Amino acid sequence: MEFWLPIIYMAAMGLALLIYVILDGYDLGVGMLIPLADEREKDVMIASIGPFWDANETWIVLGVGILLIAFPTAHGIVLSHLYLPVTFMLMGLILRGVAFDLRVKAGDHRRRLWNNAFFAGSLIASVSQGWMLGAYITGLSTTVAGLLFPLLIALTLPALYLLLGSGWLIMKTEGDLQARSLDWARAAVLPMGVGLLLVSVATPLVSPAIAGKWFSLPNFLYLAPIPLITAGSYLAILRVLARDLRPGRAEWHLFGLTVLICVTASLGLAYSLFPDVIIGRMTIWEASASVNALLFTLVGVAMTLPMIIGYTVIVYRIFHGKAGELRYD
Amino acid sequence: MDATVLARIQFATNISFHILFPAITIGLAWILLFFRLRFTFTGNRAWEYAYFFWVKVFALTFALGVVSGITMSFQFGTNWPGFMEKAGNVAGPLLGYEVLSAFFLEASFLGIMLFGKHRVSNRIHLVSTFLVAFGTTLSAFWILALNSWMQTPDGTHMEAGRVVVDNWWAVIFNPSFPYRFLHMLTASFLTAAFLIAGVSAWRARRGVDGPGTWQVMRTGVFLAAILAPAQIFIGDLHGLNTLAHQPAKVAAMEAVWDTERGVPFTLFAWPDEATRSNRMAVEIPYAASLILKHDPQGEVRGLNEFRGQHPPVAMVFWSFRVMLAMGGLMLLVAWWGAWSLRGQRRAGPSLLLALSAMTFAGWVAVLAGWYVTEIGRQPWIVSGLLRVEDVVADHASATVAGTLLGYGLLYGFLLVSYIGALRHMATRPAASLALGPARLVPQAGKPA
Repeated sequence: MEFWLPIIYMAAMGLALLIYVILDGYDLGVGMLIPLADEREKDVMIASIGPFWDANETWIVLGVGILLIAFPTAHGIVLSHLYLPVTFMLMGLILRGVAFDLRVKAGDHRRRLWNNAFFAGSLIASVSQGWMLGAYITGLSTTVAGLLFPLLIALTLPALYLLLGSGWLIMKTEGDLQARSLDWARAAVLPMGVGLLLVSVATPLVSPAIAGKWFSLPNFLYLAPIPLITAGSYLAILRVLARDLRPGRAEWHLFGLTVLICVTASLGLAYSLFPDVIIGRMTIWEASASVNALLFTLVGVAMTLPMIIGYTVIVYRIFHGKAGELRYD
Repeated sequence: MDATVLARIQFATNISFHILFPAITIGLAWILLFFRLRFTFTGNRAWEYAYFFWVKVFALTFALGVVSGITMSFQFGTNWPGFMEKAGNVAGPLLGYEVLSAFFLEASFLGIMLFGKHRVSNRIHLVSTFLVAFGTTLSAFWILALNSWMQTPDGTHMEAGRVVVDNWWAVIFNPSFPYRFLHMLTASFLTAAFLIAGVSAWRARRGVDGPGTWQVMRTGVFLAAILAPAQIFIGDLHGLNTLAHQPAKVAAMEAVWDTERGVPFTLFAWPDEATRSNRMAVEIPYAASLILKHDPQGEVRGLNEFRGQHPPVAMVFWSFRVMLAMGGLMLLVAWWGAWSLRGQRRAGPSLLLALSAMTFAGWVAVLAGWYVTEIGRQPWIVSGLLRVEDVVADHASATVAGTLLGYGLLYGFLLVSYIGALRHMATRPAASLALGPARLVPQAGKPA
């Protein structure tokens, strides 16, 4: 139990954060695209994420919650290290969550203000998350490289969200807006590729142990599918983006391929990290909470997680298809 | 300024801002379910209008509660890493259960409640409304279990500086939990009742009342008329429980310095910790003993028994008085309103003025009450086990002060925007409602 429980929780935390990046990624992406659209399109874009954004954001609370439940020592260290980006991210999330409602409820004279707040909040939250991810990958290092790297990721993670966001809009919208979403995706794909490459190159450089895990035989061969699928998906995205959308063509390709990259990238990251919860500093067993506390929560996870997944699927089924006009009744 | 004090002010600012919104939504969710059921069973369109109007307020309030709540979940770690390290075995699982059982439930079904009316049957929509209400209450259950455990810890022991759980049942149903849970739920219903009555009265005064306005006002007033006295009774029980488990807090609430029999109730005073006495005290003889011990000669333990271990006296004393005064005022206005509105009567201008002035009365009482219980727990973060100063993060004061300023500005702006939006919706309900015909009428062939 003392061996397996931390592993189970590490997997659950990784899964929650992966689901967060995909789900809140697309709605943060849509938020950052808002200024590029006209008034009517803004309403359609917001209607396309309306029923989902709240539950999407809950996944980060679950991810941080698991960090807290299972690895309380690491929770304190990570979050007090990331104090500033966490604060900025929270302010961004607050601003956009509120702007979502206030842009239609505070009166027409305030609409522009809240549209801008929605954009700014989405951008601030995305950039801060990139900063957090970058700092985490460097093992919370405070050297110059350790400070420059998060900056680069802060500038490129939003590109991933933009790609997810435009992929989402291609599925959920029609006509002009759909065509423009494709153009937005074309602009986002290159910076997103740069960010992906940076993360892939940086993680082995951070610690020789990680480099050893990847670049020794036979590990290298077993692991080859991860970079290969990632690179293949990226090339496939480039191909999808090279052509225009035509009626009858499948619209989920861009979103699906971007999700696939998220999945393989996080698998690679998980392999690099394991068994550390903070790279080079603390393993999951060193940071683990008591067996009693972990078992108590595991019962709850086992009961509620299938239900959560069940009604998440129900919600997505109820609201499947193209987003219509925005209505709040 | 001292970084611990700044961290406390920052956390207090966030949690004070946060509690404003759940204090409304926990009660309002069930009130919305009531509106929906009334319409489903009576077919009276007034209830449908009432639902349409208030579900918009609910969505906005809920969003503010969610985003400020996310802030809370991170600040446990950013501000109090030591708390999570030492008490994580209790705090982690209880917060985890809240996320797993409540957050996803309310967030997912809120989507159906707000945007799904044309996509699901009336029955599924009713069930979704119920699940959102249930989720908000469940959320309160878990977070109050944790807060109550921090006030009156039970079911655990300390091992190598960390809390270890022996009995989860005792942790969750710790001595103060049932009282605090009931007190907070009732507080939330009262807050929502005064909010809906106050906004309706404001609309009636302005002449912008719609079909459902008077039904809503009556719902709020009658609910408050029943709950205000119930809350005073529950509060008394809660106080007796605090006296048994946290006597230093009660001594601060009443500004009693020396352990005595026949203690007077101090109506007004300036408690001075330097001289350890009350200045300018106005007292009612024997009343504190009577309230706390239900006996005019009952003995009350004074603050001097807890030197160095008791909370700052003046803040707790005054917060308690503000709460009591608001409670009394709410009782008076609710009973006056219930009497005036009995048997389909309409309210006069003075009652409408009083109700609209009391729109946010619940907020004042809830904040004051929480200040009593939270400041009253000091200097402990977990009573008798962990001190606040031992768990604080070592951020530079300037960093904390800077982010505190940022939060303060943001929250001030959001509060103004929230009340402004409420005002806008109340003034022009038609524009923000965009009502179509027969939206909620059950479709033919489908049972309601």
